[in-house]
Amino acid sequence: MRRFLRPGHDPARERLKRDLFQFNKTVEHGFPHQPSALGCSASLRILAIGTRSGAVKLYGAPGVEFMGLHQENNAVMQIHFLPGQCQLVTLLDDNSLHLWSLKVKGGVSELQEDESFTLRGPPGAAPSATQITVVLPHSSRELLYLGTEGGNVFVVQLPAFRVLEDRTISTDAVLQRLPEEARHRRVFEMVEALQEHPQDPNQILIGYSRGLIVIWDLQGSRVLCHFLSSQQLENVCWQRDGRLLVSCHSDGSYCQWPVSRDAQQAEPLRSCVPYGPFPCKAITKIFWLTTQQGMPFTIFQGGMPRASYGDRHCISVVHDGQQTAFDFTSRVIDFTVLAEADPAAAFDDPYALVVLAEEELVVIDLQTAGWPPVQLPYLASLHCSAITCSHHVSNIPLKLWERIIAAGSRQNAQFSTMEWPIDGGTSLAPAPPQRDLLLTGHEDGTVRFWDASGVCLRLLYKLSTVRVFLTDTDPSENLSAHGEDEWPPLRKVGSFDPYSDDPRLGIQKIFLCKYSGYLAVAGTAGQVLVLELNDEAAEQAVQQVEADLLQDQEGYRWKGHERLAARSGPVRFEPGFQPFVLVQCQPPAVVTSLALHSEWRLVAFGTSHGFGLFDHQQRRQVFVKCTLHPSDQLALEGPLSRVKSLKKSLRQSFRRMRRSRVSSRKRRPTGPPGEVQEGSAKAERAGLQNMELAPVQRRIEARSAEDSFTGFVRTLYFADTYLRDSSRHCPSLWAGTNGGTVYAFSLRVPPAERRMDEPVRAEQAKEIQLMHRAPIVGILVLDGHSVPLPEPLEVAHDLSKSPDMQGSHQLLVVSEEQFKVFTLPKVSAKLKLKLTALEGSRVRRVGVAHFGSRRAEDYGEYHLAVLTNLGDIQVVSLPLLKPQVRYSCIRREDVSGIASCVFTKYGQGFYLISPSEFERFSLSTKWLVEPRCLVDLAETKNHSRPGNGAGPGKASAPARWVGGGEGLLAGQPQRASVPHPRPAGVLKEVQSTLEGDRG
Amino acid sequence: SFTSFGAEFRRFSLDRHKPGRFEDFYKLVVHTHRISNSDVTIGYADVHGDLLPINNDDNFCKAVSSANPLLRVFIQKREEADHYNFGAGTLSRKKKVLVALRDEGLRRRAHLDISMPHDFRPVSSVIDVDILPETHRRVRLYRHGCEKPLGFYIRDGISVRVTPHGLEKVPGIFISRMVPGGLAESTGLLAVNDEVLEVNGIEVAGKTLDQVTDMMIANSHNLIVTVKPANQRNNVVRGSRAPSSAGQSSDGAGPPAPHVLQNFHPDEVESDEDADIVIEGAAAPPGGLTRTNGTSLVPRRPRDAPLDSSGREGGGLHRMLSALQPDPRHSLVLPRGGVEEHGPALTL
Repeated sequence: MRRFLRPGHDPARERLKRDLFQFNKTVEHGFPHQPSALGCSASLRILAIGTRSGAVKLYGAPGVEFMGLHQENNAVMQIHFLPGQCQLVTLLDDNSLHLWSLKVKGGVSELQEDESFTLRGPPGAAPSATQITVVLPHSSRELLYLGTEGGNVFVVQLPAFRVLEDRTISTDAVLQRLPEEARHRRVFEMVEALQEHPQDPNQILIGYSRGLIVIWDLQGSRVLCHFLSSQQLENVCWQRDGRLLVSCHSDGSYCQWPVSRDAQQAEPLRSCVPYGPFPCKAITKIFWLTTQQGMPFTIFQGGMPRASYGDRHCISVVHDGQQTAFDFTSRVIDFTVLAEADPAAAFDDPYALVVLAEEELVVIDLQTAGWPPVQLPYLASLHCSAITCSHHVSNIPLKLWERIIAAGSRQNAQFSTMEWPIDGGTSLAPAPPQRDLLLTGHEDGTVRFWDASGVCLRLLYKLSTVRVFLTDTDPSENLSAHGEDEWPPLRKVGSFDPYSDDPRLGIQKIFLCKYSGYLAVAGTAGQVLVLELNDEAAEQAVQQVEADLLQDQEGYRWKGHERLAARSGPVRFEPGFQPFVLVQCQPPAVVTSLALHSEWRLVAFGTSHGFGLFDHQQRRQVFVKCTLHPSDQLALEGPLSRVKSLKKSLRQSFRRMRRSRVSSRKRRPTGPPGEVQEGSAKAERAGLQNMELAPVQRRIEARSAEDSFTGFVRTLYFADTYLRDSSRHCPSLWAGTNGGTVYAFSLRVPPAERRMDEPVRAEQAKEIQLMHRAPIVGILVLDGHSVPLPEPLEVAHDLSKSPDMQGSHQLLVVSEEQFKVFTLPKVSAKLKLKLTALEGSRVRRVGVAHFGSRRAEDYGEYHLAVLTNLGDIQVVSLPLLKPQVRYSCIRREDVSGIASCVFTKYGQGFYLISPSEFERFSLSTKWLVEPRCLVDLAETKNHSRPGNGAGPGKASAPARWVGGGEGLLAGQPQRASVPHPRPAGVLKEVQSTLEGDRG
Repeated sequence: SFTSFGAEFRRFSLDRHKPGRFEDFYKLVVHTHRISNSDVTIGYADVHGDLLPINNDDNFCKAVSSANPLLRVFIQKREEADHYNFGAGTLSRKKKVLVALRDEGLRRRAHLDISMPHDFRPVSSVIDVDILPETHRRVRLYRHGCEKPLGFYIRDGISVRVTPHGLEKVPGIFISRMVPGGLAESTGLLAVNDEVLEVNGIEVAGKTLDQVTDMMIANSHNLIVTVKPANQRNNVVRGSRAPSSAGQSSDGAGPPAPHVLQNFHPDEVESDEDADIVIEGAAAPPGGLTRTNGTSLVPRRPRDAPLDSSGREGGGLHRMLSALQPDPRHSLVLPRGGVEEHGPALTL
């Protein structure tokens, strides 16, 4: 036990450790939590998203990603790319400006912060005088114009943020230069809009919140034109040729103003309230974009009728008699329109609308009739329904990969065929070494299949289990059900839908066999579905079987939720994974563990009451075993109240996490910021005082058989090993409970030719009670060479050597407190490593991983990757249980992050850093997926507007992102479409790594 | 000689509710074995499998009431019965004679016998007195064979340390509550507001309350807590070691060993915890019971032995396991109605 305290000092081993292990957080997948700002560079073709926690993330072509974090941790309010440069400026909510640049180092670009600056007024001036509201990077590339709350426009010189005081455009200066008749009203106040003349860099437009717009001559320091609106100004758009202004206002109207130096306009050319006549909400931003065909695009945010649609988050597109109000399920943060980037071009010809909503990014194809959405190659909203579990499958065979993609592509008919329009930069990352799938289970009963091979987490296919059950609402109903003549012409877009019809549908466990295409998913109400991949649509009845896990327990009353009602008749299933068996656990408690053995055609499932084994070939139950302690009343009655409180506590922990991320951060500068802070500080103090009054105390008591939930089945494992005697091995099923009990059943699976004729038999062979009674989180059998047994069918598919069946097998049992190796078949303790007794941390997640050597191609070792409740990640050696390395990975307070962690079989892992983002990390030196990309100005010149799949441009341009997964794998996109191009290199590599440890 | 009746077994019955007096019982025993002329000591196997003495009315009563339903009584010639015999873990090592009985109405001997300290199972001890600062106390709680819960709570708090720069406030872990009747309280060695410094030799400084909780629970089978007592007046005074008063609260272990951190022999602790139970075959109890350290104690049930209800699957087994729970190595691994392999015994 001391060995843990004393790090090994064998220098050779230390060297090898450095060659095998290294810890990196490599990339964040998904959609940024709490986005607060959007920026877009037309020339770089890069999108930037800022968040409330001070992160700024840049995205270009798939694989091109950068992230920067402001030290201040303040919310990013605005992002502006500097024209024609690889630089951007961010404005934070503490009124500071930051200059970032993409610099090339060692062949790859890096995002770094160069300078920061806070605008200060003269001593004694009100803080609002320098509170920045608008930032205009001037095309001269060295000046920033800063509009403020006080109405002045300050000018700073980049890159040092030198204030050019003599160039300040003060309200007084503007006032003096206005004609007499325009001066009579208090027209100034806050600067709402600053724009440079599209063609003449010497003119800028300044819009003030009270409705005055002036065009200012920078050289002559004079007002060229002014426009006076009767309504509060929200924003202004300047037509490409500079001859027309379109202003939008707080009453939901927008006005067109012709720009002419000679004739001063007292009234707008045209004023319009698009969703009038009843009172409307403000139009906060507007684009007026010209097209070659003549009819302009008018795209604006807001303006909905206040009474009936005031709560909608809408962006309306009006063009050529068509009008659609895109209706988002979460608040719109900002939007932009991708249009012709070449300043010399005569028309805007917009092609895509990019909308950043609170919970997702939506891109609309404006070139295709009907304005369909574009499928995202990244930035997917992982949490469109809350993630309830995840499962990672490494190294997917190409065949299955293609079938999943094919099934998924049929689900994406509603998407535009447009190539991903934001395609700046070049990804230099090596092709991912293998195809990996990350499966996420969701609260609404869906399972999403993500391509997790590379930097971009891309949705391949979505499986819904809802059709198996009778639910209150028909899933097809909520598809756009609006009629033709409806006004406003709302259209729901986006996938974020946080509302679940029935929480019992929630997916809790997933198990996919990558060789056979069998999938098992289990849910909150004790439902276990076995599905098979079918390339055709099918109409079939799902066979229903009930598994009574209580057997003959008496005096029992389940007080939890009821089981889901299943549809009885045949159900039509789309191509993809189609369920054929539903095993319903009784009582319908949440399924806590699941294992599938596709070679034996068996599926094992466990709940808080017991576990069962189902033969999905013959479609009958093999056995059930009740693990419940008779006195465990809580588990008997159903943990409904606990489920609720667990959910609540999860929600709270998310909220806490959010708060901690947002902490010490003011919101939008709406109110006096000091007040909020003071209030929260007061609350904090009060909280502290309360804590002192009633200190948290913890009971010290040994675990006992009478504790609650000891029968909760935590882990299930199939193994072909020596269970009864050392001469004959047999199939076996292992189950571990919360109370530290391991049950082992020997199985008799009939040979293939009689598989349908003879029943599968099971007999309990062993029951092991660990004395420390800690919950069992992992069971594993090591073969005669101390190598973990291969997965089912792995050997049959030539991807693994057969396990060694000569030497003696060993059983590894991992509890929350310790690791223990036993001999088989005798089950005598051989080795152990105590974790909790020595350092007070408990095992939360454990997985076997193969660590390949970076230097020696064919060398590798199997070890355990372990995540503790303190958020540490450790590698524990097999079979000697020696701690190898330890890294701190997740904050210990981040309970949901720790609970969401999954390990891959090659030393990588994922965990949720927010409800919508997975952090990817790597423990291996060899398998590392991280963005490596280059953005430079010269390269972006070659870009043109994206071709459209339907158009003629498609043929010449290789698909840049559609099917990126296959393309990346094979190195060249075209190889992916060749039928069965066995990626020999990958296969060989995997084989060699698998064999490496056995020589 | 004694051994001649070492293999003899007698069984008789006693009224569980009116066991009578010790003296009568003693006479009955010697009479039954026809050894009235020898001076013998009587012991019994308690529910945890420990050999405990019967030498007065009280422990006789206790013994009879603990019969479940069978009371196993061991008789030894007094000169042979060294004091080592009684106490925890004795039974599995030494077995002499066993008598199964249930009886009533015998007469007592007018002689008061005081048990030796070793006749008791230790529940706690103060250890390493010689190597710790006098202000600290290292307490070992023996949970095995003890029905009582550990029975205390811990909390966060502020501790004051003396540093070269003067007094410094640092976070610490303190005992916050004792459960009445719990092991911790009954030892009198721990008290509310004692600061916890170490758990099984590992410092708690820098660890959170939850970590310390987990460490204590993980070590609960053999918990060694080093505390700085809130009440510093009962500290051991170095040099004048008086084992009876300060060394141990309830005897059992020898005097504190001089080496660092132990009286706490890792091996001992390890093997304590290694005592996982493996049941072969289906969940029926007679299938066989092995301890994982390899020495198997396979109870063979006599063919004609009357069985109690433990023959039922599942529940009975669980009860049995939980009865065995504290430390089966020191326990009789004996299903009710079963017979231990090398403990010669008879049942009805």
